[in-house]
Amino acid sequence: MSPSEPSFEAPLSELRRRIEELEAYPPGSGRSKEIDRLRSQLTKATADVYKTLNRWQKTQVARHHDRPHVRDYVEALTNNWVELHGDRAFADDPAIVAGFATFRGRTVAIVGHQKGRSTKQRIHRNFGQPRPEGYRKAMRIMKLAEKFGRPVLSFVDTPGAYPGIGAEERGQAEAIARNLIEMAALETPIVVTVTGEGGSGGALAIGVGDRVTMLEYAVYSVISPEGCAAILWKDQSKRREAAEAMRITAPDLLELGIIDAVIPEPTGGAHADPEATFRSVGDVIEKALIELEELTPRELVTARYEKFRVLGVYEEA
Amino acid sequence: MAWFRRTKRPREVSERQRSIVPEGLWVKCQGCREIIYSKELERNVQICPKCGYHFRIDVQARIDLLLDSGSRVELFEGVRPSDPLKFKDTKSYKARLKDYQKRTASLDAVVVVEGTVEEVEVVLAVIDYRFMGGSMGSVVGEKITRAAERALESARSLVVVSASGGARMQEGVLSLMQMAKISAALARLSEARLPYISILTDPTTGGVTASFAMLGDLNIAEPGALIGFAGPRVIQQTIREELPEGFQRSEFLLEHGFLDLVVERTQLKATVARCLRHLS
Ligand SMILES: [Zn+2]
Repeated sequence: MSPSEPSFEAPLSELRRRIEELEAYPPGSGRSKEIDRLRSQLTKATADVYKTLNRWQKTQVARHHDRPHVRDYVEALTNNWVELHGDRAFADDPAIVAGFATFRGRTVAIVGHQKGRSTKQRIHRNFGQPRPEGYRKAMRIMKLAEKFGRPVLSFVDTPGAYPGIGAEERGQAEAIARNLIEMAALETPIVVTVTGEGGSGGALAIGVGDRVTMLEYAVYSVISPEGCAAILWKDQSKRREAAEAMRITAPDLLELGIIDAVIPEPTGGAHADPEATFRSVGDVIEKALIELEELTPRELVTARYEKFRVLGVYEEA
Repeated sequence: MAWFRRTKRPREVSERQRSIVPEGLWVKCQGCREIIYSKELERNVQICPKCGYHFRIDVQARIDLLLDSGSRVELFEGVRPSDPLKFKDTKSYKARLKDYQKRTASLDAVVVVEGTVEEVEVVLAVIDYRFMGGSMGSVVGEKITRAAERALESARSLVVVSASGGARMQEGVLSLMQMAKISAALARLSEARLPYISILTDPTTGGVTASFAMLGDLNIAEPGALIGFAGPRVIQQTIREELPEGFQRSEFLLEHGFLDLVVERTQLKATVARCLRHLS
């Protein structure tokens, strides 16, 4: 069990370990029968565990280190990937990747948060927490996409914008705000997939689109459960309560009318079967593109306006 | 005209201290620690006559400060909050709302009015920091969006005065989506070439800064206002370093290029009017 592994996965890891151990033995003496038995036990246990995850546990799945990140999707779903760098003003932000690629026969622009997996990579990617130049790079590539008539695929997976001195000095708030207003008016299709953590403004800054979908165990929230717990409960350990109260899971957001669809994940989550996850995500994106390619740029922008215009729940006398 | 009058740096004060509306005959200034006669403060639109420290003012005072008298019509006043998530922390959102509604005699944290600034027609939205820290939920999002749409339909300029801790957690991701909704309305206003002036007052942080507050054709702040995305405490906890002096104050943002102007409250109306005439 790796230190980042959620505790509810421990019994599953234990089963996997035992299967691996048995597989290392020479065949015979009922070995394969025992392996089969453990395998079906693992399948059932996984299904049981994942069926009853609470919102905080789903948050842990969304943050799982082995969960596919944007570069994994790019590798699995596209060819001819060209990653592009820099915001033309200050720096290149490794927490956001951006570029062009061929996706199922068409050129698309891709932007997405990148978290990294090894400790070294995670530090390099700043744990997927962008700085202003990341949002500005993403916008630069989205503007190129608009200019050359290419759709934008956005992959959202961030704990949030990086809270640092430099980020504030360089206008974190302005960079996010700029993306919101520019994405609202961008005259090319934007398909957003929340694949992991949708962390507040840092997520929304590349999250305005014509279609917004979430993977089944992804979360999307205005503040992290820990942050919310610290402020409202004055106790960070109340993160489970905060996750429940804020209703941050994909089915919650579907019910609230904020997202268009939930993309089912394989039993055991995206990391248990990345290939199946890539296929599902690819199919959903392709379907969205086919629908959106029918609309003129003006129609797209109008429909996008109406999509976000209705969000909010209030009463009126 | 002393638009850029250097004021003594306000000492760091806690939110609680700063929120206290001065009462009684004498008030201690949070900027210079001097004792000031409260009538004198009142005459000076709540600016310390000794050091220029800007005390917070409420929505009505803000409207009185900016709009010509007799020109005002309140808009969308019937929009009220609901509790879409049935949210409860140590207290239910419903109960919190009731408390604030009683305390402030407002339904939520924003007031929208139509009026004139030195005879220039505007739609003005003012966020009420006293109501749950000016936090943005569905009502703030809806009313500011409508303010922008109203400006668009009636070919008026839009002025929004911000003072907010950010998005309202009790409405979850619905609050976050208000940032996108308002920004989309501002995109339309911009396309129609109608001016939008954002006025940032103490404090403007979080999702409000990261959406409409930073999207003005002109961004104008009052002196010494706290303006940022992440709150100073969160940053300090993350980087475990002392924050530089004046960090995230209006003058700091002006220096780093994110504000057009820092304007004293006494000059605010004249400045806004002059800018609007230049643009409309
Ligand atoms: Zn003073």
